[in-house]
Amino acid sequence: MSVEPFDISTAIVCPLDRANVDTDAIIPKQFLKRIERTGFGPNLFDEWRYLDRGEPGQDCATRPRNPDFVLNDPRYQGASILLTRENFGCGSSREHAPWALLDYGFKVIVAPSFADIFFNNCFKNGILPIVLDETVIDELFSKATRERPLEMRVDLECQRLVLDDGTEIPFEVDPFRKQCLLEGLDDIGLTLRHEAEIRAYERRRREEAPWLFQDLAE
Amino acid sequence: MAPKTLYEKLWDTHVVRTDPDGTALLYIDRHLLHEVTSPQAFEGLRLAGRRPWRPGANLATADHNVPTRERAAGIPDPVSRLQVETLERNCREFAIPEFGMHDRRQGIVHVIGPEQGLTLPGMTLVCGDSHTSTHGALGALAFGIGTSEVEHVLATQCLIQKRARTLRVQVDGTLAPGVTAKDLILAIIGEMGTAGGTGHAIEFAGEAVRRLSVEGRMTLCNMAIEAGARAGFVAVDETTLDYVRGRAYAPKGELWERAAASWRRLHSDPGARFDREVRLRGDAVEPQVTWGTSPEMVVSVRAAVPDPEAEADPVKAAGMRRALEYMDLTPGTPIQQIAIDKVFIGSCTNSRIEDLREAAAVLRGGRVAASVKQALVVPGSGPVKAQAEAEGLDRVFEQAGFEWREPGCSMCLAMNADRLEPGERCASTSNRNFEGRQGAGGRTHLVSPAMAAAAALAGRFVDVRTLGD
Ligand code: SF4
Repeated sequence: MSVEPFDISTAIVCPLDRANVDTDAIIPKQFLKRIERTGFGPNLFDEWRYLDRGEPGQDCATRPRNPDFVLNDPRYQGASILLTRENFGCGSSREHAPWALLDYGFKVIVAPSFADIFFNNCFKNGILPIVLDETVIDELFSKATRERPLEMRVDLECQRLVLDDGTEIPFEVDPFRKQCLLEGLDDIGLTLRHEAEIRAYERRRREEAPWLFQDLAE
Repeated sequence: MAPKTLYEKLWDTHVVRTDPDGTALLYIDRHLLHEVTSPQAFEGLRLAGRRPWRPGANLATADHNVPTRERAAGIPDPVSRLQVETLERNCREFAIPEFGMHDRRQGIVHVIGPEQGLTLPGMTLVCGDSHTSTHGALGALAFGIGTSEVEHVLATQCLIQKRARTLRVQVDGTLAPGVTAKDLILAIIGEMGTAGGTGHAIEFAGEAVRRLSVEGRMTLCNMAIEAGARAGFVAVDETTLDYVRGRAYAPKGELWERAAASWRRLHSDPGARFDREVRLRGDAVEPQVTWGTSPEMVVSVRAAVPDPEAEADPVKAAGMRRALEYMDLTPGTPIQQIAIDKVFIGSCTNSRIEDLREAAAVLRGGRVAASVKQALVVPGSGPVKAQAEAEGLDRVFEQAGFEWREPGCSMCLAMNADRLEPGERCASTSNRNFEGRQGAGGRTHLVSPAMAAAAALAGRFVDVRTLGD
């Protein structure tokens, strides 16, 4: 699949102060039955966000909202940066989780650590997960929870966050993934450029380990 | 040659090419698919006008959404039905082999792979499902992927990967009677934490692991993901070969001899270096029960619900408080005083024949406590169900008051009709106790099959080792 190039200017930061947020919480299973990639946003964090029980096909605009949940706080409406705690995205491999985050409008997630599969799934969908030190995260939480929400600019090219008070925070990102994000590359297309190498590998392996090439369709 | 870890051997034999920054193209031998994480991948292929690279390297089955009773009548929920039918249509269109809902080999994707010999030692195997690590029990490199990667594997038979760090979890000594692979993996997660294995591939080793059957090793590897690792595996030994020999898709005759000879090399060489090592004593492990909403929130059945006040880390303490509130538990309550409403025996962690035998052995002649509203057994696959019936286990379960169901994921994630109602408390042999996992507001306690059966009889958690005392 090809993704849109990453593009984010200044955005509001939404602070979700929980550790180990799992993908079941990000998008509960009853919404995984859709066969499309879009339309998951209204059910992002469904069980925390609404007071009633979420079912597919509801009109979410009319459902009772949990006023204590951060996504419902008027300060954070329109936020596209999610600030959260360690091990974000643990649990199921469902790519519906990044689809839901993206569909809601989050393009950047900042946390001290992420679960592996989720981290990878983010890049595949044009979301930038940023890992920062626990102490920096604490700092960001205190700024993001004040009266006036924190805004920041994500400068992926130069790998830094620029806060509204002028503070700059550098971050690391894998060069290949950065390039894919910036250019919106189609990684299947990239892999297929190596078609000849894949074929050569297969020929060699077929000799070495023919039992791996049994055709299950036969 | 420098000594290699098992991970390095598996990795090295599957690298097609490596870029200077270490990004590799890894060849995938086997790809398993199910209905929930595949539709958008097939749609992606269709939009790009691509065909599967090697259709015969894939196998699909429907497991997450399928009803576990009156299956002949089809799927009543239209949304679930559409998803299962979409899988069938996609498999037909792209020539992907499938065990459909009515195939007698159908079952949970991680149960049927090893059972049919679709999973072989030395393979790379992936599936759009985090518990794919299960297949590592056979000495394979197996891990879960997202839907974009499902599409990538379909189209190219490869994945773009970086080498993981290696971690050996060494379990010395032997497990005590009544203590199972499930208790061991819960104890390991309790020790390491749910993020303890992040970025690592775990090799489970040591005497206690060697002595496990392949089915027990699957339980162990299944939950490697709950320790944060992407992959978990066990070296090949004669136990592995005995398990694989004669399976439907396993090599036969002369090819078997060649394969077996190469599989015997699938172990970490003496002196191989791991990035990290964790050691624990197998004989010190007791039956485990989770008390919270993350698998790391686990204690021995003889312990009590822990107190957040005693936790020094404020983020952790806050997480514990939230979990206790969700679980409606008070610190200091002995685990054995926690009463349950439902029991679920099933899931890719514990729905194989050995699991059912262990549970049935506890139940034989007993009755589920009157306070327990429902007790379910959901075998992992058609062949497991048939085998259990041939051994009369279905009768044991039914006489004890359990419902005997058709294979599928069922109440492990409650995408079908089997679920907890808000506030209900369940003794479950599955792998995740997240909020709402088994139904919105439901409260899950993870345990072994024997412990689940014991809890069913007592109506509360009990130490299975003292049952009948
Ligand atoms: S049994 Fe549960 S954990 Fe296993 S594949 Fe099915 S839903 Fe996932």
